[in-house]
Amino acid sequence: MNYTMSIKFENVTYEYPTDGSPVPAVRDVSLEITDGSFVCVLGENGSGKSTLAKLMNGLLIPTKGDVRVDGASTNTEDEDALFAIRKKVGMVFQNPDNQMIASIIEDEIAFGPENIGVPREEIEERITYALEAVGMTEHRHHTPYKLSGGQKQRIAIASVLAMRPNTLVLDESTAMLDPKGRREVLNVIRELNRQGITIVLITHYMEETVHADRVIVMNEGSIVMDGTPERIFGNTEAIRRYHLELPISDYLAEKLREAGLSLPHKIYDEKSLAEEICRSK
Amino acid sequence: MSIEVKDLTYTYSPKTPYAATALKGVSLHIEEGEYVGIIGKTGSGKSTFIQHLNALIRLQSGEIKVYDIDLNAKKPDLKKLRGTVGMVMQYPEYQLFDETVEKDVAYGPRNIGLSEGEIKERVREAIELVGLDFEEIRDRSPFELSGGQKRRVAIAGVIAMRPRVLVLDEPIAGLDPKGKQEILALVKKLKNAFSPTVIVVSHDMDSVAENCDKVALFADGEIARFASPREVFYDDELLARTEMDCPSVVKVVKELDKLGVSLPTRPVTKSELVAALTKGGRDE
Repeated sequence: MNYTMSIKFENVTYEYPTDGSPVPAVRDVSLEITDGSFVCVLGENGSGKSTLAKLMNGLLIPTKGDVRVDGASTNTEDEDALFAIRKKVGMVFQNPDNQMIASIIEDEIAFGPENIGVPREEIEERITYALEAVGMTEHRHHTPYKLSGGQKQRIAIASVLAMRPNTLVLDESTAMLDPKGRREVLNVIRELNRQGITIVLITHYMEETVHADRVIVMNEGSIVMDGTPERIFGNTEAIRRYHLELPISDYLAEKLREAGLSLPHKIYDEKSLAEEICRSK
Repeated sequence: MSIEVKDLTYTYSPKTPYAATALKGVSLHIEEGEYVGIIGKTGSGKSTFIQHLNALIRLQSGEIKVYDIDLNAKKPDLKKLRGTVGMVMQYPEYQLFDETVEKDVAYGPRNIGLSEGEIKERVREAIELVGLDFEEIRDRSPFELSGGQKRRVAIAGVIAMRPRVLVLDEPIAGLDPKGKQEILALVKKLKNAFSPTVIVVSHDMDSVAENCDKVALFADGEIARFASPREVFYDDELLARTEMDCPSVVKVVKELDKLGVSLPTRPVTKSELVAALTKGGRDE
């Protein structure tokens, strides 16, 4: 199989500017992200996850090493080149309220494409596409302020989609949402991934890794684990060491195994766990 | 009895075109020693409700009594109220303001006019209760601490008032798994220390199911149900109507049910589920 890797980190270190001696937030990270994959980044607070995310589209430039998006380095003086990178790799952050600028949703979504000089008719098309992709078509002419948190995040995602990115980086974008809002956003993300968009999801919710095909664990600025969810969560000792936890269904599976049920080791959600319990009886 | 709320109604921007009724005739009776979870969608009235409990929002209509403090009195004793009800707001770390941790935590006790000796003792106690080293951290700026430490310092500022009622608005939102466990353990510790009554607003149904004795489910400014987690999370009609999720444990049980496996009990916590399944296994 021939995979394409649009995002490449080559020995990347990043140090935030400080007065004293700088502590690297990201240390010597090398990483390739396969196009079309769904990658979850886990790690405790301060482990370097958000810094890693911001390095992906040139919001931060490496102190050492290089980040390349489709071969182009983010470390460039050429603003057009940087814009091209940011079009390809879109970011969605934690607080939806900090990401809204326009008073009408279609203007909010048109903001990015207008800024890069997309012709009017195409902007129309892009708005229609982006709103449909996040299931918010009927809100096109409404104001974003009255939406729920989940709806606001879907609009934030739509604004990024209007730039036609091939990668979406979400930095704890579900952290402030209620359960329904989280579910809405996750469904949108999964659907976009099915359509071929690469997803990088930074999260503290272990359950959100169920749909990922790759999990990266960061600790003190380094990547300490990298593999399928099954492999990562199969290593309970490492999970403890890096202050993570099992997704709750897997935690339950673990406890049930201890209590004598024979359940295979894999990543569960509530439904598949129930099915295995049934089978084991 | 620790808190008695009767027929509480509240409208934001009343008598304007923007009037929005956030609470409609809410009544709730909370006993001392209860650990109450408040759940409901964004905008269901949860935060408006808890802000009434220490008069951050002024009473428009209805009755509120907290122990012997009557908020319907002509001049309710707000100082006493705020010493009784400790409020940990959402993202409390954003409210840190003073130049040292010690001064920040001392702000509340100093405001209610305690002696310097008493203030010092309470600040030390509060900082140690939240699991930080008083001597090591007292002179540091709260702003140079890590996220989890900041949140704990902010909580120390509330518990330095030794409140009998502790109210927390989404205390674990945005924390990593370790931070979550630490805060949940801390709340338990405080409940045993001097805040027997705990009221927590949360979107995390798993932690509500694990920790709370009772759940108040808010929907559209009303309390749709105030009952045990078991009663609330097994009421499918109620959950559908209020668009609420249930804890993972309950989801597993409902999936099992669909597959024709019925359990002898209705578990809501992880250990209850394990017990129900392993016991059930032996019976067969």
